[in-house]
Amino acid sequence: MNKIVSGADEAIRDIEDGHTLMLGGFGMCGLPEKCILALVKKGVKNLTCISNNAGVDDFGIGLLLHQHQVKKMISSYVGENAIFEQQLLSGELEVELIPQGTLATRCMAAGYGMPAIFTPAGIGTEVAIGKEIRNFNGKDYLMEMAFDADFAIVKAWKGDRMGNLVYRSTARNFNPVMAMAGKITIAEVEELVEPGELDPDNIHTPGIYVHRIFQGENYEKRIEQRTVRKRDN
Amino acid sequence: MLDKTGIAKRIAKEIKDGYYVNLGIGIPTQVANYIPENIDVVLQSENGLLGMGPFPWEGEEDPDVINAGKQTITMLPGSAVFDSAMSFGMIRSKKVNLTILGAMEVSENGDIANWKIPGKMVKGMGGAMDLVASAENIIVAMQHVNKAGESKLLPNCTLPLTGVNCVKKIVTELAVLDVLPGGGFKLLERAPGVSVEEIKNATAGKLIIEGDIPEMVL
Repeated sequence: MNKIVSGADEAIRDIEDGHTLMLGGFGMCGLPEKCILALVKKGVKNLTCISNNAGVDDFGIGLLLHQHQVKKMISSYVGENAIFEQQLLSGELEVELIPQGTLATRCMAAGYGMPAIFTPAGIGTEVAIGKEIRNFNGKDYLMEMAFDADFAIVKAWKGDRMGNLVYRSTARNFNPVMAMAGKITIAEVEELVEPGELDPDNIHTPGIYVHRIFQGENYEKRIEQRTVRKRDN
Repeated sequence: MLDKTGIAKRIAKEIKDGYYVNLGIGIPTQVANYIPENIDVVLQSENGLLGMGPFPWEGEEDPDVINAGKQTITMLPGSAVFDSAMSFGMIRSKKVNLTILGAMEVSENGDIANWKIPGKMVKGMGGAMDLVASAENIIVAMQHVNKAGESKLLPNCTLPLTGVNCVKKIVTELAVLDVLPGGGFKLLERAPGVSVEEIKNATAGKLIIEGDIPEMVL
């Protein structure tokens, strides 16, 4: 089993206009930055992107927004991304804002082969509009559908040619559930290792979920909010 | 009257030994600095961490170790990392004992609005809708009035809701209040130097005052 491709360009070769993509990461942490740069270079348009945020103005999915490559974002948080907020408010970009846990669980449902999940998040809010509500044990829950994505693009710390992945610290975030949910899953890793080097007891994403893998070079790994304690001396 | 630090200090007194606590962005994040040292508390960060520690020493920042506010943090001994689905699994299944978050408006029946001002500002709900829909113990840290001087404690929220009937307690620069199950803000404590009259004037929703209202102890 060898899923290694030469790099980001080959990994995204068949992503076309109008495709739906899942992109892992939380803010800029655990972001598949090499594939995003390749998508910017390729110039594919009318993408639907499922990702918790949209990076910042000049990094991550913000770069795709800048090039007007995104038709629709499905996210939980706009936050400090000025171009995202501006395209949302102007109506240029179609945006479906959903609760973060709902986003994660709709990915999980796809990866577990379940068509829908029930969550209390959003009951009584505009998120519930048009959705089926079911009452279980006296409490209302929204029915939320599993995502249907053409590609999932994730970033891991280490991986092998079998497609097994290990993430590092909070860069794990949405990556494992998205990796399980794509029809085709692309993984970019900081380090490709030989099969056997990753401990089978500590694999986060089993290789069966991953179709293509490559090692990215020179990860920028930007920090959004650099907060530190000053040393006294 | 309290400053933001004072609000954080007062809320920290609500945290009990053995609690797992989720802290929202803003004032709630500061609560971590004032948790009493004699109690054992684990902080949950909904991006996927239990055991959040203080900011790293300068020069030791790690871009892979952040909190839900995207700030660089540290992981304490005994920390656990997990994916976003599991993170909200532990929230939905009520393993997290206390949720502290900010708000733009709270209504007298415990509704909260904190993610959107139509036409003007959209931050997104992030994890807030999941948290307020499932948590049994929710404390809101907020300013009593907005920049225009209007009360943020209202009969009904005017902004798009984040959740309904969920807020249990509010700590502002003026007061500590419980949201009663049957509706209404019950005044529990006054901030230092603040009169009941000032709190009345700053509260648009139904305010319930019974007996003498003590000044809070920080």
